Amino acid sequence: MRHTISVLVENEFGVLSRVSGLFSGRGFNIESLCVAETMEPQVSRMTIVTSGNDQIVEQILKQLNKLVPVLKVIDFTGVDTVDRELVLVKVNAEGDGKQEVLRLVDIFRARIVDVAPRCYTIEMTGGEGKVMAFLQMLRPLGIREVVRTGKIAISRGM
Amino acid sequence: MQMTGAEIFVKALADLGVDVVFGYPGGSTIHIYDALFKNVKVRHMLCRHEQGAVHMADGYARASGRTGVCLVTSGPGATNTVTGLATAYMDSIPIVVFSGQVPTLMIGNDAFQEADIVGISRPCTKHNYLVKETKDLARIIKEAFYIASTGRPGPVLVDMPKDVLAASARYDLPKEVSLRGYRPTYEGHQRQVESAVRLLLSKERPVVYAGGGVILSNASGELAELSRSLSLPVTTTLMGMGAFPGSDPLSLGMLGMHGTYVANMAISHSDVILAVGARFDDRVTGKISEFAPHAKIIHIDIDPTSIQKNVRVDIPIVGDVKDVLQKMIKLVKGKKEATAFQGKTAAWRGQIASWAKTHPLTYKPSKGKIKPQYVVEQIHKLTKGKAIIATEVGQNQMWAAQFYSYEQPRTFLSSGGLGTMGYGLPAAIGAQVAMPGSLVVDIAGDGSIQMNIQELATAVQYRIPVKVVILNNGTLGMVRQWQELFFDGNYSQTCLPRIPDFVKLAEAYGAKGFRATKQEEVPEVLRKGFAADGPVLIDVFTDPGEMVYPMVPAGAGLTEMLLV
Repeated sequence: MRHTISVLVENEFGVLSRVSGLFSGRGFNIESLCVAETMEPQVSRMTIVTSGNDQIVEQILKQLNKLVPVLKVIDFTGVDTVDRELVLVKVNAEGDGKQEVLRLVDIFRARIVDVAPRCYTIEMTGGEGKVMAFLQMLRPLGIREVVRTGKIAISRGM
Repeated sequence: MQMTGAEIFVKALADLGVDVVFGYPGGSTIHIYDALFKNVKVRHMLCRHEQGAVHMADGYARASGRTGVCLVTSGPGATNTVTGLATAYMDSIPIVVFSGQVPTLMIGNDAFQEADIVGISRPCTKHNYLVKETKDLARIIKEAFYIASTGRPGPVLVDMPKDVLAASARYDLPKEVSLRGYRPTYEGHQRQVESAVRLLLSKERPVVYAGGGVILSNASGELAELSRSLSLPVTTTLMGMGAFPGSDPLSLGMLGMHGTYVANMAISHSDVILAVGARFDDRVTGKISEFAPHAKIIHIDIDPTSIQKNVRVDIPIVGDVKDVLQKMIKLVKGKKEATAFQGKTAAWRGQIASWAKTHPLTYKPSKGKIKPQYVVEQIHKLTKGKAIIATEVGQNQMWAAQFYSYEQPRTFLSSGGLGTMGYGLPAAIGAQVAMPGSLVVDIAGDGSIQMNIQELATAVQYRIPVKVVILNNGTLGMVRQWQELFFDGNYSQTCLPRIPDFVKLAEAYGAKGFRATKQEEVPEVLRKGFAADGPVLIDVFTDPGEMVYPMVPAGAGLTEMLLV
């Protein structure tokens, strides 16, 4: 089962390799990982998407907690969250394809951020399902490149 | 007060009560060596190889309970400590390794004697540091000792660039350590403890499975008190030898691959296991799906990651073993439930006694050959079970665990988790430095001893009177045993035709050498060797064909033991 784990860490040198080394050293998966500073500059947040059975995920959470610079570990499974991913797509835009791209951009509430003679670069945010659907719709037009940030998540306000 | 980084280092160590550092100098640590030269509080012992230095710090820590300290230079000095760090990490031993590093501005430039030791040691340390500024050095040293010795102990490495050691800053050693991401849980949850006691008392076939955590937590007294007040049979892991007196009627000896018949039968037929500071290692459990099929498991461990890692646990208790055992004792001591429990478990203890009686640890004497088990028994007899025994790894280690009865914690020093050959001699030296009044014996094999034999020079130089007994069978015995049993007797690369002559080698180092080639010589040679001053090496020619039994083949269940 997939889990989205939010990890608050000391914003110090080497902390990313401690976390990633833990995953690789123990054979855990990382599907995506995002890191940036929080409101408190000494603290960073990592959002990690991983998968495994309950026992593996329990180990992942415990092992993360055991690292000295890790301050807090939250498993978002079963928690009501908002999650988003940002994706940049460079897609062919020629002839009739141009209109199709524009139509899809409109439907998915995406934005065109760069225009070249034969291709558009599109920015789109959304949950995982939306991102996958958007890419699937663009595929027949000819996707040249996709860059994704990986998922970030926040629990819903209480 | 302004001081150089090197002076801060030495003063911080002295202020933290470090009495000895095991190390080896080099270009990156030369400032520290100058500062050490002018300091009288911190003694430095010059080893012959950095691996020896770390194992000495480790042996010092295991024997005394104090944190061991090691100091090495950058590059190869640092990489040579990796095996020692991994050894200490697997066995949860508190040591701090200080490594020199190339100057800050040269880091990453492939400078002379540069190695990314922080990166290399990350998976085999509890935590590590690269010191970037001199002003942080004292605080980091304080934190390093704190992390190494608290919670589940373990090794910490501190990497110190040369310019940081040369530059000056104010000496400011913090009184308290505050790490918001590191807060070990010491106190066991009272309600969990109560549930555990309830479960335990509701069963009929209990076994205590005690590991190294009991020793690390200094909880042997509590373990004995709890076990005796409920008449609980106790088996220990290799790391737990000495946590419970081997001669106690409730002791079943070691369990696992080379455990006793009675311990493996008891654990397999138990209906409740009280696991105390042990981690269900594969050498203990055998085939995991067949491990203790009828038992409910209570698991006490200070490290939450040890719980539910290899086996499912019914009642987990995260906390310091000592604290949890004290709480359990309070709940049972003098209670009528305890008496009733002892009554209904009597039949179980009878069953255990009969297993112990029908299948004791044993070996078959053979004419004209010295049996290694006999040698260990003689060491036990001669030292009256009061020595500190270090071991190497392999058959020697297993015989040392089986045929010597450990009565006290911190008297059996062995690389259990990593299985590091070459551990015993330097660990024995470190232990002897920590415990100058004790007799320290390294029970070695002729293979393992050669992996760090250079440390004999250290022992001679500092007049450290360790006694090394080599069970010299001319083979890499444990691998040979597997080849004999599972690989058609193809002794591929396991023959060491009694090279070198260890007696001459000992003499070349300035130690004393003795030899026994006949069984009847053994007691006298051991007596003479142990009575001699200074470091002694005793070379005993043992039977090359002798094997360690019982043995649970890899991947088999614990009841499928090969017996003598």
